Amino acid sequence: MMGRTIFIDPGRCIGCQACVSACRECDSHRGKSMIHLDYTEPGVSVASLPTVCMHCEDPVAPCAEVCPADAILVTADGVVQQADTTRCIGCANCVNACPFGVPKIDLQAKLQMKCNLCYDRTAYGLAPMCATVCPTGALFYGTLEELQAERPGVQVADSFAFGDVMVTTGVAMVVPADKVQWPVPGGLPVVEVNGVDVR
Amino acid sequence: MTATEPAGPVPLPLDPSIAPPGTRTFRDAGGIPADQWHADQNGETLVPTHCCFCGVQCGMYLRVDRAGKVFGVEPRNHDINRMRLCPKGINAYQQVNHPDRLTAPLMRRSRDEEFREASWDEALDFTVAEIRRIQGAHGNDAFGLLGGASLYSEKTYLVGKFARVALKTRHVDYNGRLCMVSAAGANKLAFGIDRAGNPFSDILLTDCLLIAGSNVGECFPVMTQYVWGARDRGASLIVVDPRETAVARTADIHVALRPGTDSAFFNAVLNVIIAEGLTDEPYLAAHTTGWDEVREAVQGYPPSRAAEICGVPEEQIVRVARTFGRAAKAMAFHARGVEHHSQGVENCLSIINLCVATGNLGKPGAGYGTITGQGNGQGGREHGQKADLLPGGRSILNEEHRRQISRIWGIEESDLPQAGTSMMEMVWQMQRREIRGLIGICNNPFVSLPNYRTVKEGYDTLEFHAQFDFFLSETAANAHVVFPVTVWAEDEGVMANTEARVVKHNKAQEPPAGVRTDTWVMCELARRLGAGDKFAFAGSREVFDELRLASAGTVNDYFGITYERLEETGGIAWPCPSLEHPGTPRLFEGGRTYHPDGKVHLQVVEWHAPVDPYTEEYPLSLTTGRTVAHFLSGNQTRRLGALVEQTPRPWVEVHPSHGYRNGDPVRVVTRRGSEVFPALVTEAIRPDTVFIPYHWPVPTAANALTIDALDPRSKIPEYKVCAARIEPADRVDEVPAPPTAPGHEAYPETQVSRADPLPPTSSQGRGTAERS
Repeated sequence: MMGRTIFIDPGRCIGCQACVSACRECDSHRGKSMIHLDYTEPGVSVASLPTVCMHCEDPVAPCAEVCPADAILVTADGVVQQADTTRCIGCANCVNACPFGVPKIDLQAKLQMKCNLCYDRTAYGLAPMCATVCPTGALFYGTLEELQAERPGVQVADSFAFGDVMVTTGVAMVVPADKVQWPVPGGLPVVEVNGVDVR
Repeated sequence: MTATEPAGPVPLPLDPSIAPPGTRTFRDAGGIPADQWHADQNGETLVPTHCCFCGVQCGMYLRVDRAGKVFGVEPRNHDINRMRLCPKGINAYQQVNHPDRLTAPLMRRSRDEEFREASWDEALDFTVAEIRRIQGAHGNDAFGLLGGASLYSEKTYLVGKFARVALKTRHVDYNGRLCMVSAAGANKLAFGIDRAGNPFSDILLTDCLLIAGSNVGECFPVMTQYVWGARDRGASLIVVDPRETAVARTADIHVALRPGTDSAFFNAVLNVIIAEGLTDEPYLAAHTTGWDEVREAVQGYPPSRAAEICGVPEEQIVRVARTFGRAAKAMAFHARGVEHHSQGVENCLSIINLCVATGNLGKPGAGYGTITGQGNGQGGREHGQKADLLPGGRSILNEEHRRQISRIWGIEESDLPQAGTSMMEMVWQMQRREIRGLIGICNNPFVSLPNYRTVKEGYDTLEFHAQFDFFLSETAANAHVVFPVTVWAEDEGVMANTEARVVKHNKAQEPPAGVRTDTWVMCELARRLGAGDKFAFAGSREVFDELRLASAGTVNDYFGITYERLEETGGIAWPCPSLEHPGTPRLFEGGRTYHPDGKVHLQVVEWHAPVDPYTEEYPLSLTTGRTVAHFLSGNQTRRLGALVEQTPRPWVEVHPSHGYRNGDPVRVVTRRGSEVFPALVTEAIRPDTVFIPYHWPVPTAANALTIDALDPRSKIPEYKVCAARIEPADRVDEVPAPPTAPGHEAYPETQVSRADPLPPTSSQGRGTAERS
């Protein structure tokens, strides 16, 4: 199945934002974080979860697919890179296309920025900064076998349904063992494609 | 490529005065080939050290550029944290070269004047003249000294020695008094030793983990990995806290008791454990005294009574008792939520009774511990900066201990002062003009002590006040003299973490011009006061060697710990009496404690109501605590952009039943005063309780509202409960920016939003719902 990647376990997230701070320390986009921390039920629960780039595999990453400048490259090992600064035109197509809400646009620089799985680190065998520092293991970097050895019985999903559209990702999500269903509902159903009602 | 050519760019030779043992180039960080890592091309080095903040003491590397400046952080695979870091640890390096750093002594002869930069000679001479004037007119005890638990142990040792030998005053205490002294008092009473019983790694082996009064996720985030690790292998989790914290959210049982009722709850749990035959009678018979009295006393706490006192269901008390009592191995951890009370010692003792009664002591996966808040909260009190302690945890009231230390210090025993008073009591003495001069070293009582107006009045009454600090704290802004001192990365020294594991911090860069180490300033003051021969220390290593000798033969024995051994091992838990001794990560193996009879001395605990009475006018409990982004009084973290952005201002957490909407201005009123905060409406708190995080100064200071009632034994203030009411207000109070010294403009990134009416984005993310 999947190789060495990030596994997101919302059940472990304490909302501390160490991942956000760590992402700011990455040499490839120092000073800016490419991670969102989301709160699922504010006012009711303290539950939170980090969102990193899911590195979509199938269909080919929507952000890369819609890029009119061919600025977003996908490496042979499945990492969806941030936009090539020599090609990006800052049009924000990628922002609109991403089903997970990940890419950001620097409006002043007219450049896209997103998580590139700390390619400067992972290419040399180190874990991404966010998963390295995560105090609770809510972000885990390794293989599924390594995850399951550390957390017996853990279940993960790498398929997400946005209405009828399925997206398979390189990054996987831990799913409560008693509520396993695939694909994992990924968001609101798609109701319109190119002006056509697809409900 | 020929054999003589280097494989890649060669890092610059390290400056041996800066590079401690273990310093590595980036190529060592993870097997990265040197020619493929741009950091090496920049001559970057990684200096191994530890985080300067909380009591977990995570290992980290500081990234140092070829100019010798700290510019970043890299995770370090240390036993304690295994690469993990929390947001404070990741951002800590930013304070090293922060533009707000003080780089010259500040001075003024009266508080009517503005600060001006002064030479070191002028500032030191003025300070010494004021010490002599005040002590000459009013006696030695008219001058006081307040240390800090963020200092290295070497410096805390020097604080105690400086007070007693150079200032010759009895009045010395430290801000660890505001941290975990209740746990220290309870541990000494029960076990004869003042520290947690088990290493973190034991948490992974337990079958039941009880966490009381500790928001582990926000206060000690890296410790959470041990909690989840225990859960991975099936351990039950019980959390006792008025708020549903991130860890409580995942607990098998979350007991949301009313603040100030902990000992009633734990007595009732023990009551059920006895009733259901879950005690370990052979262990109790062999290793304890006082069990009969404790068993008798807890009969007065049936679950029905405790349920009424604590405001929790009776069945929940029974469930906790069964879960904890039936576990093969159980552990209990507590922190400030249990300790910050006028019955803090009793609260801790009631948890100790629970662990001992079930035989959960001194075994892998079984034991107890307090979780230290400050980086050196543990080590900071072990070597004599606490009012009643001498180095090695010796009592200043014990004749033999006084003789031993007088001999080591080379003074007459008759010249060694007697015990002083606690930090809050010293403030009351300032109000009464019994203490007229004070030196504070790296503490910020204007934010950290309760009942702000009393504190301000006490400090304003001082005839002379000096502070050591590296940023101009709210308290330093009140001083006559401020000495600019080093941050942690500019000096070396040791700290003892929550596990009592002594770890070595290393120097990563030279201090800025004009900045001195706290050690140098204390030694120089001592020299000018005529005690220079007792303070001829060139640096931390020499102080540490004297500390080792001064602790030899005591319970807090550091003699076998050397800098070299710490570099090799990554940390050694005391007691460590010889150079061959491996240290003592786990206490009480085999059942033996540190009392002369080797037994646990169980203590009867009776619950009493919090000091501040509830009335119709003040029906709610106000409780306070930390956020993950800020540390202590915020003097350091409120200047770091990322942490300010994460938690820019305090809030008041209220239950939806009060009818407020998120972001509404809410006035919180107690018998000490009132302040207005934006509401953070959440179901994660009891309806009868409100919560304010405490890292800000007035007018958004939780501690302007809290009460300065003290535990009679530990003298810890009752931060965690006072009577309050809430009412609607027009607008929230403005968040003050940290003060800055003349010539030091505030760092642009740290400008916080002022009078922002929007809902807070709390560190927990609660309260971000849209306003309706």
